[in-house]
This record gives sequence, structure tokens and C-alpha cells, in this order.
Amino acid sequence: MDQLVSLLSQSWPALLDGLWISLQLLLLSCVLGFALAVPLAVARSSPRRWIALPSRLFMSAFRGTPLLVQIFILYYGLAQFEWVRDSALWLLVGDAFPCALLALTLNLAAYMAEDIRGGILGVPAGEKEAATAFGMSRLMVTWYIVVPRAIGISAPTLGNEIVLQLKSTALASTITVLDLTGVARRLSIESYTTDALLLAGLLYIVIAAVLSLLTRYGEACLNRHQLR
Amino acid sequence: MAALLDYSAQLLEGAGLTLELAFTSLCFGLLLGLAGAAAKMSALPWLRQAAYLVSNVLRGIPEFLILLICYFGLSNLINTHFAGTLSLSPFAGGVVALALVFGAYASEVFRGAFLAVPRGQLEAARSYGLSRWQIFWCVQLPQAWRICLPSLNNMWQNLLKDTSLVSIVGLEDMLRKASIAAQFTKQPFVFYAAVAVVYLLLLAVSNPAFAYFEKRANRGYASPA
Repeated sequence: MDQLVSLLSQSWPALLDGLWISLQLLLLSCVLGFALAVPLAVARSSPRRWIALPSRLFMSAFRGTPLLVQIFILYYGLAQFEWVRDSALWLLVGDAFPCALLALTLNLAAYMAEDIRGGILGVPAGEKEAATAFGMSRLMVTWYIVVPRAIGISAPTLGNEIVLQLKSTALASTITVLDLTGVARRLSIESYTTDALLLAGLLYIVIAAVLSLLTRYGEACLNRHQLR
Repeated sequence: MAALLDYSAQLLEGAGLTLELAFTSLCFGLLLGLAGAAAKMSALPWLRQAAYLVSNVLRGIPEFLILLICYFGLSNLINTHFAGTLSLSPFAGGVVALALVFGAYASEVFRGAFLAVPRGQLEAARSYGLSRWQIFWCVQLPQAWRICLPSLNNMWQNLLKDTSLVSIVGLEDMLRKASIAAQFTKQPFVFYAAVAVVYLLLLAVSNPAFAYFEKRANRGYASPA
């Protein structure tokens, strides 16, 4: 315990820096991932096969392989090709932080799209018929009725994904990003103890608890029209 | 592509280790999950609270961090308290970490599944004079198994994907072998993409397997119309 306190007093600036990087990864990947997931889910639910197929392939590829492999493919794998190194894509995958962010975003988008697709299937047919009877076009029905309702229906699972995403951000440390796990690894190697790792674990638990409270609150806001 | 053929034996060896790790962790994880579920439904309040605390803590920490803690922490612990005669292999460290994570999630799934078996059936079994062991083995487990199979499929897929993390602590699984090959051949994309495809295949194979289990577990139930 004394060791933990002295560790905390010595290295809290480093741990706070790491925590900030982790939170940045979490927040940015959640916002971008969600923005990507909505069109993916809509495309996946399309009755036209040539629209549904690409999104379906994307989702199976990212849900069917480990995130670590995806990170390695983007960070180490793409560097194999000279045309990637010469293109604008290199700005994204040439550096560790944007590359980790890209991998986390694409991965989360695939999982969230699957959740939202479930929500789209759960939108009552009567609501769509009512919207059509009001003279809304197909696009309007999708955008104003189906998507908002689907997000409301899938809100609990989406909230879960956000909490799980916090744990995924730890993998950024494998490509030299100094997030909370990365800082803790460095501290623990320097001190030959696991105290820093345990401390990081404690911080993760606290953030996860706060996140699950926040997502539950957000869910209640989204579905407030249903509360009696 | 030719490089891929040269290293295919290595990659297959790595895939074997990945599967070995996944199945070993699955066995221990299922046992831990059952024990955790039993503790969560125990009549002793302190045991219930301890089980909830442990499973919530394990589910709140990144799997990667748990692996690092298990691998380095357990080695430290053994070295300081048992005079350094024993060293923890990366494989054992990986199994401990993956089984703990799997068990934490499984305990919650098992608890829900056991609670879903109607109470009346337990009372009926007791009134027929079945022993506690018989009730657990012949009445509760087959029905709980049926209910938790879909979640187990999900958890198994997560477990299989999480095995890739052990490559970071130096265990020569499929991903580690691919990294080594990538360094020698300077073709990282080819090897990492190959690993991704193997993971996709392994996961694709496990879906029909679980579908078969579910069909077997559901015989005797009317199929939902």
C-alpha cells in the first residue's frame, strides 16, 4: 500500500497524461465510429444486394478478426506498400496515434452497425406505414423515422459498446502509443513491479463505472418519450 | 505470396498453439464461471458480495492489462514467495488471464441461465426424491446449458480473438509467428492478412458447431413458429 502511495506521488503526472490519451482515443473513436455505423447499418438493411453486400463484408471482416491483428495490419502491414507511403493515407497510418484511432474507429463502427441493424429490424412496421401514409418519401422515412427509432431501440447495447471500447483502447499501447496502459507498462518495467499496472487497472475500473452511469443517463434521455 | 508458402508450417504451428490456448482457457473459464455463478447464488452474503466484486473488477479492466498483470505479477509473486524455483511460462500466464476474463463473464451468464430454470421443476425433482447432485446434473444443468449456449458462442468467439494478445508477452502464437516472418521477409501485410483470414475461418467454423449444440440441446422443445 505504501508502495502504491509513493508510486502515485511520483508518477501521477505521467499517468494523467496517459489517461488523457486514453480518453481522447475513446471519445474520438466513439464519435467517429458512431457516425460511420449509422450509414453502414442502413446500407446493411437495404433490400438491394449490391448496397447491402459491401457493408456486410466490412462488418464480418472487422467483427471476425482480433482488433490487435487489425491494428498490426494498418500500422505495420500497410507500410509494406510504397504507394501507401507516398499517398495521403500515410498521414493517417504513418503515425501511431492516428493509426490506433483509425483501427479503433473502424472496429467500433462494425460492432455498432450490427447493434443499430438490430434496432432497424425492431422498428414497428406500423410506424413506417404511417410515415408512408403521411406522404413521406423512402429517404425521409429512413432518415426521420427508422434511424432515430433504431438508435433509441439499440441504445442499451450501444452504451455497452462504449464501455467495452474503453477496454479496447488499451491495445493502442502495442504500437507505442503512450496511453494509460502504455504509461503503466513503462513504469512497471522501470520499477520491476506490477504496482503501476494495478494502479492503471484501478483507474480503468473507475472510468468504466462513470461511463456506464453516463450511458445509462444518455439512454434515458434518448427514450424519454417512452417513459410514463 | 511465395514467402507465405515458405512460412506456412510456422504459421500452422502458431495456429495450433492459438487453438490449444483457446481450448485450455475455455475449460478453466467454464469451471471458473460455474464456481462464480454458484458463489453469486450462495446463501452466504459475504461470498455473494465477493463474487460480484471480483467479476465486476475483472470485467472493468482491459483484457490486455489483465494479461500483463497475470504474466508479470504472478511471476513476481512466485519468485518472491517461493524462492524463485518456479517460473511461470507465458502459456500458463495467458491461460490464467484468459480464463479469469472468460469466467467473469460466464459467471453472469450461468447465473441468469440457472435462475431461468423454473423453481417448480426443482421442487418436483426434490419431491421425487432426487439428490442435490442428481438435481444439478439431470434437471438444472441440461436446461441452463440450453439457455446459455448463444451467449457462450459469443464469449467463445471473444476468447478466440483475445488469444492474439499473448503474442505481446512473447508466446509464439499465430500472430507472433506472423510478426517474425514479417520481419524476415519485409512483407508484413501478406502475413498479417493471412492471420486475419485464419481467424475468420476459425470463427466461421465455430458457428455451425454451436448451431449443432443448440439443435441438440433444444430437442424436446417445440421449435418457435
